[in-house]
Amino acid sequence: MSVLEIIIALPLLAALAIWLGAPAHATSLGATLLNLLIVLVTTVQYAGKAATGLAFTYSRPILDNPSLSFAVGADGVSLILALLTTLVMLAAIWQIQDRPAIFYVSSLLIGGGALGAFLTTDVFFIYAFHELALIPTFLMIALHGRAEPAQRKAVAWKATIYLGAGSLVLLAGLAWVVLEFSGGSKLTFDLEALRNQAKLTPLADAKQAQIFFVLLLGFGSLVSLFPFHSWAAPAYATAPTPVAMLHSGVLKKFGLYGLIRIALPLLPQGPHVEWVQNALLLMLLGNILVMGLVTIHAHRLDDTLANSSVMHMGYIFLGIAAGSDIALKGAVVLMFAHGISIALLFGLCGRMRNQLGTLEYNKLGGLATHAPAFTVLFAFGAFASIGLPGLTNFAGEVMIFVGSFTDFKAGVMSNLQWTVILALWGVVMSAVYMLRAYRNIFHGSPTTGLFMIDPAFSQRVPFIMLATTLLVTGCCPWLLLNLMKSAL
Amino acid sequence: MSVFTIEAGLAFLGLVLLLVEAFKPDICRRTLGLMAIAGTALALVLFVFAKHDTASLPGFMQPWHQLDTLALFYKGFALVITILVLWLTLECAPYLTRFTVDGKLAEMFSLPLIVCAGMMWMASARDLVTVFVSLELVTVSFYVLVAFARKSAFSLEAGVKYLILGALSTGVLVYGIAWIYGATGTMSFDGIAKALANPATNKTAALFGAAILLCGLGFKVAAAPFHMWVPDVYQGAPTPVTAFLSVGSKAAGFVVLTRALDAFLVENSIIGTEIQSLLLVAGSLTALLGSLPAMFQTSVKRLLAYSSISHAGYLLLALACRESPRFDLSSGGVVAFYLATYLPMTVLGFLGLGLMRANGLGEDIKDFAGLAKRNPLLALLMTVSFASLAGLPLTAGFLGKLFVFLGLADHGYWGALSCAIIAAATGFYYYFKTVLAMFTTEGTDAPALKLSSATRAVAGLLAVAILVLGVYPKPLQKLLKPASATMAARN
Repeated sequence: MSVLEIIIALPLLAALAIWLGAPAHATSLGATLLNLLIVLVTTVQYAGKAATGLAFTYSRPILDNPSLSFAVGADGVSLILALLTTLVMLAAIWQIQDRPAIFYVSSLLIGGGALGAFLTTDVFFIYAFHELALIPTFLMIALHGRAEPAQRKAVAWKATIYLGAGSLVLLAGLAWVVLEFSGGSKLTFDLEALRNQAKLTPLADAKQAQIFFVLLLGFGSLVSLFPFHSWAAPAYATAPTPVAMLHSGVLKKFGLYGLIRIALPLLPQGPHVEWVQNALLLMLLGNILVMGLVTIHAHRLDDTLANSSVMHMGYIFLGIAAGSDIALKGAVVLMFAHGISIALLFGLCGRMRNQLGTLEYNKLGGLATHAPAFTVLFAFGAFASIGLPGLTNFAGEVMIFVGSFTDFKAGVMSNLQWTVILALWGVVMSAVYMLRAYRNIFHGSPTTGLFMIDPAFSQRVPFIMLATTLLVTGCCPWLLLNLMKSAL
Repeated sequence: MSVFTIEAGLAFLGLVLLLVEAFKPDICRRTLGLMAIAGTALALVLFVFAKHDTASLPGFMQPWHQLDTLALFYKGFALVITILVLWLTLECAPYLTRFTVDGKLAEMFSLPLIVCAGMMWMASARDLVTVFVSLELVTVSFYVLVAFARKSAFSLEAGVKYLILGALSTGVLVYGIAWIYGATGTMSFDGIAKALANPATNKTAALFGAAILLCGLGFKVAAAPFHMWVPDVYQGAPTPVTAFLSVGSKAAGFVVLTRALDAFLVENSIIGTEIQSLLLVAGSLTALLGSLPAMFQTSVKRLLAYSSISHAGYLLLALACRESPRFDLSSGGVVAFYLATYLPMTVLGFLGLGLMRANGLGEDIKDFAGLAKRNPLLALLMTVSFASLAGLPLTAGFLGKLFVFLGLADHGYWGALSCAIIAAATGFYYYFKTVLAMFTTEGTDAPALKLSSATRAVAGLLAVAILVLGVYPKPLQKLLKPASATMAARN
C-alpha cells in the first residue's frame, strides 16, 4: 500500500459516496481538503529525501503476460502536478454554489482521474485514468454547459471527436512504444521497465522520430496543439465553471506530462530529428502567434481566457522542443503556473457571468469600484498570465526562453533560436489582450444596470488560495525546482 | 459425475419442462421459469465439481468429444449465459406475453436449455460431424425462439429471415464439410490438421472446402459479408432471444471457428496464408460494416445489433493472429477472453433494454432521454455497459480490444489494425450518443422507473463483473492459460 494509492482513491471514493447519497458539498470539500494535505505532506517528504527518481512506489500485478500492473510512484514532476490537481480541485469544488450533485461528482472524477494519470507508472493506467477523467468532462459540457442545448451538445461533440481521435492516436503510439521497448520475452506496460530497455537498446534516430511524432500528435491534440486546437476554446467557454477550471488547469497538462514522462525518456532523440523538430516548432508557433492574434480579437472574457489558454501551451511545447534541462524544468514550472492562473481566472469569470449575465467587453466597465477584492484577485490571475515577475508564470517562461536559446553562435541561428525570438512576441500579445480585458472590465466608468459586489469572504478563500500560491511559488520558484533535482 | 451426463440431463430437463407445460397448461410461468433457472444453476454447480478430463467421458463419446480448457471454458460460458437469458425472459415476460399466441411462454423456458446443451456439446467437438449436429441443435431451436413473439410482425419477419438464411448457411456448411472430407479423407480436426500439413494433399480442394466452411460459419457469427440478416433479426426477435443470439450463438460459432482454424492454420499448412488473408479481410470488413452503419441508427436495439457485428469483426481479427511468444494468450484464448468480457456487458445492455420495454417505454435513443432522472441506478449501470462496449479503459471491454490490437500490431497487420481502430473510434461515437441521451434533462416528465430488488442485484452483479474484469483480469487469464498451452502442444 502506498500513500499515492490513497491520494488517487480518495476523490473516487468521495464521488461514489455522493452518488450513493452522501451530502455532496461537505463530502467533496472534506475529501479534497484532506487530499491536499496528504499531497502537501508527501511532497515535503519527497523534497526532504536526498534520493531522486521515483518514490512511494508500489505495484499490484493484474496480468502476467502482457505484464500489466497497477503500479504507483511519484517523482518531482508528478508531485508538482498532483499538487496542482489538488489545489485546483479544492478551489473548483469550493466555489460551486447551489448546483446539483453531479457537479461535485464530475469534479471529483476529473480530479481523481488526473491524479491517477499523474501518479501511476504503468502506461496502461496512465492512459486509462486520463480517459476516465475525460468522460465527465464531455457529459458536463453537453448537459450543463452555458449555451443553448443544441449548441452545447455540438461543442461537446466537437471536443469528444477531437479528444477521442487524439486518444486513439495516442493509444496507437503507446502500443508502438510497448511493442518496441518490451524486450524480446514478453510485453510489458511498466514505464520503468520500458525506460530501462530504452536505455539498453536505444532505437535508431529515424525510428525514434516516427514514434515521437505519433505520440506528439496524440498527446498534442489533448493539449490543443495547433492545428488540433479548435475544440478547446469553445469547450472552455461553454463548460460549467468547475469543469473549465479542472480541464484547462489540470487535465490538459496530461498531454504535456505524457510527453515529458513517456515520450522524452524513451525517445530522447525524437524531438531533435530535423523533420520532427521543424514540425513541432511550426505547430507551437501556430499556438503562440496565431492563437495570440485570435485571442486579441476576442471580445468576450470567456473567449479571451479560453483562447489564451490554448496559446500558452505553445511556450510549454517550446520547452519540450528545446529539451535542455533548464527548458524542461521551466516547462514543468509553467505547467503548474498556468494551471493555477487559468483556474483562478476561469473561476472568477464564472462568478462574473453568474452575477452580471454578460461577459462582453463593451457592456462592462468600472467594476473595480464595486468589487475591489474581486478586482485584486483577478489582477493576480491576469498579471500571472502575462508573465509579470514575482508570479510563477514568469519563472517558467524565463526558464523556457533561456533554456531554449543555448549554444548561441553569432551569425548562425538555428531554427529553434528563431522560434524563440518569434515566440517572445507572444508575451507582448498576452500583455495586449489581458491588459485590455482588465481595463475594459474593471476600469472606466461603470455601466448602468450592471452591478456586482465582492463575494462573501468564505467564497473568496479558494481564489485567495490560488493567488497566494502564484505569489509564493513566483517569489520562491526554488520551492518547485527543489523537487526536480536530477535531470528530467 | 461426467460432464456428458450433465449435458444430457440439461436437454432432458428441457423436454420435461415442455411436457409439464403441455399437461399442466395452467402452471404459472414464473414457476416454470424458476424451475428452468434452478435446473441450469444446478447444472452449473455440478459442472464445476464434475470430472474435467476427457477420460471421464463415456467411452463411445471419446472419439468425438474432448474436454480441454477451452471446451470447459465455453461450457461454463454456455451455462452462465443460459441462466442470464432465462432470467431476462422472466423480466421481459409481462410484455412478451402480449405478443405470443396463447399468452404463454412455455417454450421460451425449455428451448434455451436445449440450446445450452447443444452449445456445450459444440464446445468439445473434435470432429466436423459433432460440430454439425450440435450446431443444428442450436440453430433449429433458435428458429423457434426468434419467431416466438408471433403476434408481432417484426418478430415474424425476423423468424422468416433467420430460417431462410440459416437453412441456406447450413447447406453451405455441409457443402464445405463434404469438400474438406474429399480433400483430406477425414472429418476429425486432428486428422484435417495432419492432412493439411502434408504437402501431398490437394490444395485447391482443401482451400475451397475450408473457404466454403468459413462462409457457413461466417453466417453463424455474423461475419461480413454474411451479416445482413443481423440487424433485422436482432431487432425483431424478443429481447432475451436477441441477447442469447448475440452472446450465446456467437460464442458457439467462435468456438467452432477456433477449432476449425487451429486445424486450418496448423504449422506448415498448405492453405495457411490464404485462410489467414481471408480472415484479415473478413475481420476488417466486419468491424467496419458493423460500426459505420451503427452511427446512423435511432433504435438502440438495432444499434446493439450492429455493434455485435463489429465485435464479431474484432474476434475474427483475433483469430487471424496466431500465437506470439510475447503474448501469453493464444488466438483462441484471446477470443475466449474477449467473449468472457463481452458476456456481462452485452447482457447488461439488453437487460436494460428489456426493462425499458417492460416499463412500457420504447427502444429508440430518444426514449432513453432523462433515464438518469427516472432511475439513476439503471442509467449508471447502462453507462457502465455501454462504456465497456465502447472499450473504455478500466472496463472489461478495453482489455479484450487491447489484446486484439496488440496481437495485430505484434504481427504487423497494419491494414487490419487501422480498420479496427476506425471501427473502435466510431464505436465511441454511437455508444456515447446513447449515454448522453440518458443524461439529458429534457423529457424528464416521464414517470420514475422502478426495479425489483432481484433485478437490481442481477444488473449490479453484471456491472461489477465488468469493472472487476476491467481492473483485475488475472484470474480470467489464468483460467484460459492452460488452453493456450494445450493448443500449442497440439499444433
